Amino acid sequence: MGLLVKQIGFVLVLLAALTALAISQTVAQTEKKEAAQTDKKEKDGKWETADGTPTYNIGSDGTVDWYTFSGFRRYHSECHVCHGPDGEGSSYAPGLIQSLKTMSYADFMAVVASGREVIRADKQSKMPALGDNPNVMCYIDDIYVYLKARADGVLPRGRPAKRIEKPATAEQTEKACFGAR
Amino acid sequence: MHRHTLPGVLLALTAFAVPAQANKDVLDRSADPNQWVIQTGDYANQRYSKLDQINRDNVKNLKVAWTFSTGVLRGHEGAPLVVGDVMYVHTPFPNIVYALDLKNDGKILWKYEPKQDPSVIPVMCCDTVYRGVAHADGTIYLHQADTTLVALDAATGKEKWKVVNGDPKKGETNTATVLPVKDKVIVGISGAEFGVRGSVTAYDAKTGKQVWRAYTLGPDNETLFDPEKTMSLGKPVGKDSSLKTWTGDQWKIGGGSAWGWYSYDPETNLFYYGTANPSTWNPVQRASADGKPIDQKWTMSIIARDADTGVARWAYQMTPFDEWDYDGINEMILADIDVKGQKRKALVHFDRNGLGYTLDRVTGELLVAEKYDPAVNWTSGVVMDKNSPQYGRPQVVKQYSTFQTGQDKNTKGVCPAALGTKDQQPAAFSPRTNLFYVPTNHVCMDYEPFRVSYTAGQPYVGATLSMFPAPGSHGGMGNFIAWDAGQGKIAWSKPEQFSVWSGALATAGGVVFYGTLEGYIKAVDEKDGKDLFKFKTPSGIIGNVMTYTHGGKQYVAVLSGVGGRAGIGLAAGLTNPTDGLGAVGGYAGLRDYTALGGTLTVFTLP
Repeated sequence: MGLLVKQIGFVLVLLAALTALAISQTVAQTEKKEAAQTDKKEKDGKWETADGTPTYNIGSDGTVDWYTFSGFRRYHSECHVCHGPDGEGSSYAPGLIQSLKTMSYADFMAVVASGREVIRADKQSKMPALGDNPNVMCYIDDIYVYLKARADGVLPRGRPAKRIEKPATAEQTEKACFGAR
Repeated sequence: MHRHTLPGVLLALTAFAVPAQANKDVLDRSADPNQWVIQTGDYANQRYSKLDQINRDNVKNLKVAWTFSTGVLRGHEGAPLVVGDVMYVHTPFPNIVYALDLKNDGKILWKYEPKQDPSVIPVMCCDTVYRGVAHADGTIYLHQADTTLVALDAATGKEKWKVVNGDPKKGETNTATVLPVKDKVIVGISGAEFGVRGSVTAYDAKTGKQVWRAYTLGPDNETLFDPEKTMSLGKPVGKDSSLKTWTGDQWKIGGGSAWGWYSYDPETNLFYYGTANPSTWNPVQRASADGKPIDQKWTMSIIARDADTGVARWAYQMTPFDEWDYDGINEMILADIDVKGQKRKALVHFDRNGLGYTLDRVTGELLVAEKYDPAVNWTSGVVMDKNSPQYGRPQVVKQYSTFQTGQDKNTKGVCPAALGTKDQQPAAFSPRTNLFYVPTNHVCMDYEPFRVSYTAGQPYVGATLSMFPAPGSHGGMGNFIAWDAGQGKIAWSKPEQFSVWSGALATAGGVVFYGTLEGYIKAVDEKDGKDLFKFKTPSGIIGNVMTYTHGGKQYVAVLSGVGGRAGIGLAAGLTNPTDGLGAVGGYAGLRDYTALGGTLTVFTLP
């Protein structure tokens, strides 16, 4: 639990810092996307952009990094019953491959952890708060990078055909996250 | 049984002393083809109407008589009811009920809109569907998403009483209709994807006081299984028949919810229903202590219980140790038919696992278990030899066993997909042809289970699925079939581009009706499935077709409003593992054909 709380706290700090940035974000989407992918760096099989945001890595032969693959699996266990297969959306929840075209990492984390509600005459939708759910929160970066790859149009629908083996650090982080409860 | 205390006995005696009017009311009105008073049409769940004004010759002339918007956009399952001059229409969450005046072009007589906490929305696994209200003895029974059961005065819409059946904070919700029997209302629960412990519960129809509750899993005094008297495959179930098939305390979060359609036989006083999957979807996590498959009773089962006491008379588990999410909740249709040359009091059930079962509904004897879609591949069939230790058990094909393939590994090409060869969309039976008319899915899947941990009120799934149209077939994702339940054979099969997610209606006019996900209502010939009429309604149909008369004229009505579990995968279209090999229908998403919208459309002849 401790680790989850810390993660959420971190998200809130990030959120405050990034709100201003978010406004100008849509303007230079494409350039940003390309810049993010060229300036990214890797540590123990986990990729992040220059500003420290987790990101995916897809080799020229389509091999995805472990976390993108893990995100595919976890998404289809935890999220797809509302948000549809491959982030495509369903008849009652938005397609996240659209949402993540404009939504920042910080906003994504905040909505997943705390939930969101829209109750109007023509629409009732409720994103549950998943901050207490280790099946989601222990893999939240994985789910984010998977959806980001889908949103950026670089990962096709379905199960990624090739992937990097699970890094030892992923195993350790997983154990620590579940153990912390 | 701890419930057989003195007050319990007194209550039972009181019930005997007062004539059981609700039972008679439902029996009388459901025998009258001019009305449609419970969702299933009648207690036997046949969905057959004796009305014949609309027939094979004139059905092509059907015209829209009137329409009604429900004001709600989510998936619309179930059907309207007609009681006398009034039609009752329900909606998905927020579960509005309208009473419409048939004498006055559907003018709204009353509207009831419950206040529910919206946090129930995401706890419902597959859209906020609701399969409709029931009428008995001047009362409309509404079972809300948040599990509040409300009795409404059918004339005024005023609340008579309400009672809460479950706790959405633990993932307990409701999507099912209720079964009014005698002086009781029997209700189920949803939430096997959230690790609930499934149950059926009877409430006093007049007061809402709980009479009994029977869990799917747990000790005998809570499952109301009698070790000596409850039978399974011709033998008493024995002591702790549920408990000894679980590892440790897993049964406490073991699923086995009961969200389907219930039927009732007044002759035996038994009601019949099916139970859902065990939680989680990862079979490895549910294995025995020494890592072997273990049955997890009484999930995935057909159960017959006494309507007065809830005590189980017999049970049959269709898919022991589920590895694919093949819930057993689909409807149990009661019909007296020839089975292999012998007249039987049969119960016919089209399971998610792709097998069509025929049982003796009095004894629970297994008579027929055959595939009702040739694509089904996870089993080589059910052992019918009574002397075999495997009697009554489906034989699992190793290649398609997600348990034997193991967790963190992808089991490919399993048919049917988790949606089942059929989901809740109910079939119809026509005594004219002795055939069952079955809306089906024609979808397969890859399934990869992995470890998950349980948190109350959070999804407890533990598997990744990819679904695609059945390979090597017509490329579509559904069929509408006619089934001979005595022989276990498909009489005819009509391909559909999408899963048929709408309940069928058979009529004395020789016409069978159903809806499609693109939004068509279709009328086909009972003999061969030939199209006789179709009309595209405002949205995809996952509701059930019903019929009634008013002013001496026959009407056919259906709710449109795409959504439900069909709205998860099919909205976006399914992926295809044989990409590029020309499966025409498979790629197209439902969203290319229809959009959200809750509308009732009523048809009649000019």
